[in-house]
Amino acid sequence: MRSDFIPSALALNRFGVGARPGDLARVGRDPQGFFLTEIRSEQPQTNQILPETPTILADLREESRRVDLARARNAATGDEPRPEGIVLSRLIDKAEASGKPMPAPAQPRNDIPQAMYQADIMARVNAALTTDGGFVERLVWFWSNHFAVGVSKGNQVQSTAGAFEREAIRPFVLGRFSDMLHAVETHPTMIYYLDNNQSIGPSTETARRQKKGLNENLAREILELHTLGVSGGYTQSDVTSLARVITGWTVAGPEGRLGRPGSTVFNVGLHEPGEQQVLGRYYPDFGPDQARDVFVALASEPATARHLATKLARHFVADHPPDALVRRLESTFRDTGGDLAAVAAALLQADESWAPEASKIRSPQEFVMGSLRLLGSVPENGGVVNNLLNALGQKMWDPPGPNGYPDSRDHWESPEGLKTRLDVAVRLSQRASDRDPMALLDGGLGDYASRETRQAVARAESRQQGVALLLMSPEFQRR
Amino acid sequence: MSDLCESDVSRRALLGAAGALFAWTFMPKFAYAAGGRDSRFVCIVLRGALDGLSAVAPVGDPDYAALREGIALSKSGEGAALPLDGFFALHPAMPNLARLYKANQATVIHATATGYRERSHFDGQDVLESGQPGPGRVESGWMNRLLLTLPQGEAIARNGALGVGPVPPLIVRGGAPVTGWAPAILPRAKEDLAQRVMDLYAARDPSLADNLSRGLATERMANAVAMNGQQKPGGINGMRRIAEGAARLVGADDGPRIAALAFDGWDTHANEGGATGRLAQLLGGLDESLLAFETGMKERWKDTVIMVVTEFGRTARVNGTIGTDHGTGTVAFLVGGGVRGGRVIADWPGLKAAHLLDGRDLRPTTDLRSVTKGVLTDLFGVSAQSLAETIFPDSAGVTPMKNLVV
Repeated sequence: MRSDFIPSALALNRFGVGARPGDLARVGRDPQGFFLTEIRSEQPQTNQILPETPTILADLREESRRVDLARARNAATGDEPRPEGIVLSRLIDKAEASGKPMPAPAQPRNDIPQAMYQADIMARVNAALTTDGGFVERLVWFWSNHFAVGVSKGNQVQSTAGAFEREAIRPFVLGRFSDMLHAVETHPTMIYYLDNNQSIGPSTETARRQKKGLNENLAREILELHTLGVSGGYTQSDVTSLARVITGWTVAGPEGRLGRPGSTVFNVGLHEPGEQQVLGRYYPDFGPDQARDVFVALASEPATARHLATKLARHFVADHPPDALVRRLESTFRDTGGDLAAVAAALLQADESWAPEASKIRSPQEFVMGSLRLLGSVPENGGVVNNLLNALGQKMWDPPGPNGYPDSRDHWESPEGLKTRLDVAVRLSQRASDRDPMALLDGGLGDYASRETRQAVARAESRQQGVALLLMSPEFQRR
Repeated sequence: MSDLCESDVSRRALLGAAGALFAWTFMPKFAYAAGGRDSRFVCIVLRGALDGLSAVAPVGDPDYAALREGIALSKSGEGAALPLDGFFALHPAMPNLARLYKANQATVIHATATGYRERSHFDGQDVLESGQPGPGRVESGWMNRLLLTLPQGEAIARNGALGVGPVPPLIVRGGAPVTGWAPAILPRAKEDLAQRVMDLYAARDPSLADNLSRGLATERMANAVAMNGQQKPGGINGMRRIAEGAARLVGADDGPRIAALAFDGWDTHANEGGATGRLAQLLGGLDESLLAFETGMKERWKDTVIMVVTEFGRTARVNGTIGTDHGTGTVAFLVGGGVRGGRVIADWPGLKAAHLLDGRDLRPTTDLRSVTKGVLTDLFGVSAQSLAETIFPDSAGVTPMKNLVV
C-alpha cells in the first residue's frame, strides 16, 4: 500500500484537518510527500497575542480580589449591585418599552476563566482553519489529549488550559518526548489539575505544621497514563515514591517569594527529602533535578515507547492497528531517544498507514473543525464551537477524566452520537446557506465523493440541506 | 438445583448490630421470570470510585472516627448521618434513599468489590462494566451479554437496552441492540434531511445507517413521552434530569427493560467534605435521581430494581489533602419496588489496621458479581451457567446471592 493508492481527500481527513477548497490540488497525488514536507519545514503555529500562564493567573487572582470586595461591599450596604451610565439607561428604556420590571442585576463575578477559555478555543479554531498542512495541528490535538487536563476542575485550570497547550504541548510535538513530559508535569495547569500543589512531603516541617501530606494523584497518572501505561509494570510503591519525588513542584503565590507569581517553582520546604526508588532505580535527592532525572528515565522505558506507539497508531490508523506499524513506531521512538518528529515521519512512511478503507470515524473535534475549515466559516466566538462540541460529547479540554477522550470507533459511532451529528450538521450548514454545495463537495472531497453522495447533495431541496448532506456523508465522516 | 447452593456470604460470621441482615427464605424465584413479571433493571455506574465509607458510614465501628478525622460522619448533632441498622448510617445528603430503606425498598451491600485488585480507574471501570475477570477485554459489557442470553421473543430482549448519555457506557455495548438517548440540547434536524441522510447511508454505509436510525428512533420515542427540550445534562441537577428522561423511556410499555447510566465525578482526592461538601453534593444528586426514577416509573416501580455500583472504593484513611485515594472495598445499592430491602448486607471486615487490605483499604468480603448474579437470577431467571460463563466469564466460584428481590 502506498499513499498514492488512497484518495487525497481521505488522506487529509486521516492525517490532517480536512480539505479547504484548493487543498486537494495542492496535495496532488502524493499526500505522503505533502505531510512529510510539512513536518520538515513547518513549526507548530504559535499564538503571539494571548497571555502566558503567570499573567493569566495573576489577572485571575486580581479579578477575584476585586469581585470579592465588590460582593462584600454590596452585602455590607445592603445595596443591590447597579449597572451604571449608558447600560443603566438602556435597561430602563427596555423595561419601559416592554412594560416589565427591571431585571435584577447579577452579582459581580469573575469573568477571566470563561474569557480566557473562549479566547484559547478561538486560537485553536483559527489554527485549524489556516494551517496549510494540518498534520502538525493534529499532532498537537493528539498530544494535548494524551496529556489531558479538564476545565471542570476549577477556575485556574479553566483559565489556563489553552495556555498549557500553547506552552507545554505545541512547542514539543516535533521535539523530544522527555522535554514535553517535563514541560507538562511541571506546568501550573497540570499541577493544579492533578493536585500536586496540595501534595506535601510527609516528613517535612510543613506537613507536620499543617497536618497535611502526600497526594498521589499526579504521580499515578504520570505512570499509568502519561508514560508506561497501566500494564507498564509499576507498583503501588513506585506511585508513592514518584509522588514523593515530585513534592515541592508547585505554583508561586502572589507575594512572589520563590518566583514570578503564577509560575511553576520548586519549593524545597514542601519537598520530601531523601533518596527515592522508582522502578528499581535509586534517585538521590538533587532537589528539582530529582524529578527531571525520573522523567528522563521514564521517557526511555520500553513500556513508554510501546504505550505511545500503540496510542499514536490507534489514533491515526485503526482501533486495532497492525502490529508491524506499532513495532515500527516503537523502535523509532527508542532508537531516536524519543524524537517525536522522527516518530511522526515513521508513521507517514509506514505502508500500513495508507490502508484504503476508512476504518475510523472522525472525532467530534475533527468533524466540527473540519467542517468549519471546508466552509471557511470563522465562528463568532469560542462558545459557539464549544457548544457544538459539548453536545457531541467532546467539549474542549474537558474530558471526563485525566485519560482524555476515548479514541475508538465504537465510542464515537453510536446512535446518539450520530443523531447529534445530524443536529450539528444542520447548525453548521446554517453558516453556509448561500454557498454552492456542489462546489464545496468538489473542494472537500473531489473524486473521492461517491456517486450516491454526489447525487444526494445535487438533489437537496435547498443549498443549506445540500451542505448538511455533504457534512454527514460517509466520505466526510470517516477517515 | 445444585446452582441454588448457599451463598458464600451467608456462611460467614456477621458483624453489625441488627440481627435481621439475612432473612433468607429458600424459595427460588424462577416463577416470576418464567413469564409473569415484566421487570425493569437499571444500572447506575458511578465513575471515579465512590467512597463507600462516607456514603454508608460504619458509625458503630470503633476505628471509624479516628481513620476519617475531619470528614467522619457522626451519629448525632447537626448533619448527623441517617441511622440504618444501629451499626451503619447513611450519608445525610440521601434522605430519599433513607426513606426507601425504611419502606423496605432499598438494600445496602457493604465491603463489596469486583474481582479487580489494582487501583486504576480505567481498568477498574472496564472490569466492572465488561464483567470480565480482568481488564483488557472491552468488546462488550455484561448487560449486553445478559440480553443475548434471554429468550429472543420476549419484550426484554426484543426492545434492547438503553444506554444513556451522548455515548452509551461500555456496560451495555456489544452485539445486542442498544439505543442511546441523551436530553436534547440542540434543535432537531428536519425529518426530511434525516430521511435523505438515511437513504445515503443505506446505500453506502450500513453501520452508519444502523446507528443513525436507532438514534433517531429513540429521540422520537423520548419526544413522544413529552420530554421537554430545555433540559441539559451535566452537573448535580443533570443527574436528576437524566434520571427523569431515562425513567420515562424505561417505564414505557414498549420501552427498553434494561438501562445503564453513568455519573462522573466521584474521584474525591482532595477536600472531599463530610456531612456537607463536594461528595455530599454528588450524593445529593444521586439521591434526587433515585427519587426521579421512583416518580417517573409510576406503576412500574414495583417491578424495578436499580443497582448503583462503582469501580472500587477509596482509602480507609484520609490522605494529606482531606480526601481519599484509590482503594478497594466500597458499597453498592439496590433500590426499587422490586428489592427485598431494609437491610445492610455486609460481612464486615473491621477497620483495624491489621484488617485493612494492603494496610490501606476496606477489605472486600462480598464479590459484587454475587450480588448482580443474585438479582439477575431472581429478576430474569438467568441460569447459573449463563451467569458463570457468558455474563460474568470464569466466575463459577462466585455464587449468586439469594433473596435480593421481592
